[in-house]
Amino acid sequence: MSGIALLAPDPTILARRDAIVAGLRAIVPGEGVIVSEDERRAFESDALTAYRRVPMVVVLPSTTEQVAEVLAFCSREGVPVIPRGAGTSLAGGALPQEDAVVLGVAKMSKVLDVDLANRTVRVQTGVTNLGVSAAIAHEGFFYAPDPSSQLACTIAGNVAMNSGGAHCLKYGVTTNNLLGVTFVTLKGEIVEIGGDALDAPGLDMLGLICGSEGQFGVVTEATLRILPLAEGARPILFGFPSPEAAGACVAAVLGAGIVPVAIEYMDKLAIDICEDFAKAGYPRDVGAMLIVEVEGSAAEIDEQLARIGAIAEAHGATYARQAKTLAEAAAIWKGRKSAFGAMGRVSDYICMDGTIPTGKLPEVLTRIGEICEAQGLKVANIFHAGDGNLHPLVLYDMNDPVSLAKAERAGEDILLACVEAGGCLTGEHGVGIEKRDLMTAQFTRIELMQQMRVKSVFDPAWLLNPAKVFPLENRIAKAAA
Amino acid sequence: MIRDDHMETVSPFDEAGIEATIREAAEAGTPIVVRGAGSRSGLGRPVQAAITLSTERLTGVTLLEPSELVVSAKAGTTVAEVEAELARVGQRLAFEPLDHRALYGTTAEPTVGGLVATNASGPRRVIAGAARDALIGVRLTTGRAETIRSGGRVMKNVTGYDLVKFACGSHGVLGVVTEATFKTLPIAETEATLVLEGLDDAHGVAALCAGMGTPFEVSGAAHLPALNGAPSRTCLRLENFESQVAYRAGQLAARLKGFGTASRLDAEASRTLWREIGAAASLLGAPERAVWRVSVAPTRGPGVVARLGPLAEAHIYDWSGGLIWVATSAEGDAGASTLRPIVREARGHATLMRAPDAVRAAVDVFEPEAPALARLTAGLRASFDPAGVLNLGRMHAR
Repeated sequence: MSGIALLAPDPTILARRDAIVAGLRAIVPGEGVIVSEDERRAFESDALTAYRRVPMVVVLPSTTEQVAEVLAFCSREGVPVIPRGAGTSLAGGALPQEDAVVLGVAKMSKVLDVDLANRTVRVQTGVTNLGVSAAIAHEGFFYAPDPSSQLACTIAGNVAMNSGGAHCLKYGVTTNNLLGVTFVTLKGEIVEIGGDALDAPGLDMLGLICGSEGQFGVVTEATLRILPLAEGARPILFGFPSPEAAGACVAAVLGAGIVPVAIEYMDKLAIDICEDFAKAGYPRDVGAMLIVEVEGSAAEIDEQLARIGAIAEAHGATYARQAKTLAEAAAIWKGRKSAFGAMGRVSDYICMDGTIPTGKLPEVLTRIGEICEAQGLKVANIFHAGDGNLHPLVLYDMNDPVSLAKAERAGEDILLACVEAGGCLTGEHGVGIEKRDLMTAQFTRIELMQQMRVKSVFDPAWLLNPAKVFPLENRIAKAAA
Repeated sequence: MIRDDHMETVSPFDEAGIEATIREAAEAGTPIVVRGAGSRSGLGRPVQAAITLSTERLTGVTLLEPSELVVSAKAGTTVAEVEAELARVGQRLAFEPLDHRALYGTTAEPTVGGLVATNASGPRRVIAGAARDALIGVRLTTGRAETIRSGGRVMKNVTGYDLVKFACGSHGVLGVVTEATFKTLPIAETEATLVLEGLDDAHGVAALCAGMGTPFEVSGAAHLPALNGAPSRTCLRLENFESQVAYRAGQLAARLKGFGTASRLDAEASRTLWREIGAAASLLGAPERAVWRVSVAPTRGPGVVARLGPLAEAHIYDWSGGLIWVATSAEGDAGASTLRPIVREARGHATLMRAPDAVRAAVDVFEPEAPALARLTAGLRASFDPAGVLNLGRMHAR
């Protein structure tokens, strides 16, 4: 176990465990309350696997009303609640604590309504991200935000973390594609926010809740904006002699008035590892690679790719391969989309998630290299180049505590370098516990205080996901619930 | 309203001046009304305040980075200046700002601060999002006289709560936005608009929804009912590279054949038409009329208008039918007691955009909130402005 401090369990809560379990069972019958240690252990971590805590009890309600009763009960009993979607957070956003109830939405996973004319779907938030698109693909529509974990991650988690993905350069992140939610407060009130219109009345509560990391309440249903699928899409792959050349090409493409749906960057180490795994046909003799995807009719795609190709050539691209068939397109994406899995095969890694102004790319990449070298660690860089969202993967050995400590140190230094360059600590993964203690590098005390006041309006006793987002020191005083 | 001779206008040159003004007012419990250029000063409930805090002297574009698709400007900078600076590098704001001057009969150039405070978003909302979607960073001086930042200059940022969105459209009740950073996009090479004539509301909105369901990236979708003997017009805008617009216009017209034969407006005529649709005012008749803005799922729009009956003296649909501008008589409650229940039944909401001060003081200008939501709103507001001095009563009666 390692560097990030977690809250010590409250013995007075642990002592009441049986009564708390009984209270939850009175609300959620049968298998919906998980008590045995073996079964609870399945919930002990999320995708930030270096940190684990077996929760006191897990509850999986089947209705919004049950969620409301569970929250009201926990609020009355003063028991911490850790909301959970699929547990795919890379930031420890769903990490439990020993004295907490994990409240999962897994049993609420229906697509409730599809309204093609108004281009919306209404879902229970336990549905997976890909499940939404799968439900409407045959009608020629899709749900745009596409985090890498989209096969597993839920809309509940996407809303909590305001998740992004490779295609948000064009289509935006979760908050730009969310029209309404059923939101359950800690007191157990069920509040409808927004709806199926393009805007909501009053203060932008929807915008505030999206990305609040499960610290304000639990979202049980959501109305999502869906979009018609493009006539076609085609990726093109470019190899460049250096990261600088690739970075300059990205700036030139955007500056030329072309906004592709995605621009993905991979460095040499990332290319090699992905290629070993996916056999995607990536060039091995280049310093960096870009995957650029454009959409439209065949003729439109040809025209855009011709413009992009000319820009890439002018910026020294030494390799270009356009997908000519769907299979070739899939192969180009396969390497990129399997990057995290491929990396996991060769080494343990921590995946960082800073964003930088894209113009600072060359200097930040150099800095990342220096930081990791200083710790004696390797780093592979993968990122969403169009929007400056970096995913350096710092390779380490999980069985060696010294190696983990070094990786965490390197990760911190990388994120601080992102902030120094005018960027931020997290572009799409969220703060969770992982970046919690770095928040003081991004925000002033005054700014953090105002954010904490906002949390206190929703959760005066700080019961919802309490160990996350804000450093444990200098927290706002809890109000009596 | 308090008479002008009792009002003091303060126009600080910098954030420190904004902070000082708010600090003094909060300590003394003196209400402040926040103001940009005043181009939208008829929006919201009338505010009684002894001090007008103006942002008009906080000016200047502070960051313009075309290759990063980003622009920042201080609150008092005119939207026109930002747009001109962007146009110089072939870009524009990623959303379409809505200009309220025609609606309110004002002349002052709208400012960035007012744009953010009202989330004023025009026809391109249907595809490009609203002001709140393009806004990626703010500096906000709260009612605590503290200046906080949220977001920043990068496109993707989930560091801390999204107070950027929360500040956008908050009508100055949380704080004074002193600087804003927006995502930008390249200006489309050209545009064209397809127009179908003679459709009734239901068919017009159905055509808009059908157009929005195609892959051709319709960037404006409005239905203008028959007026003074001229037939109704159902309008769908395409913006893109020249060759794409040509191709897509043909494809879209073919998909909409069931609704009639579409004529095509070229770029110049298209731009004029959408300016007119965005401004709404001239399409709604006499300036004495009250104007409501109804937001609803598009397909339920025509039903709402039908139920309003003669109360709706004029109306137009934007946002694929999901935004209805409705003109009513400004007498009495401007139709609020009839209109609100009808809109609510359609699961929509309504804002009284234009009406005499006395009417806007007497009726809810914004949709009343359910009790649980109203409690959260009040709590959040108090966390930003504990003394309750900023734009008190602008959004909801005290």
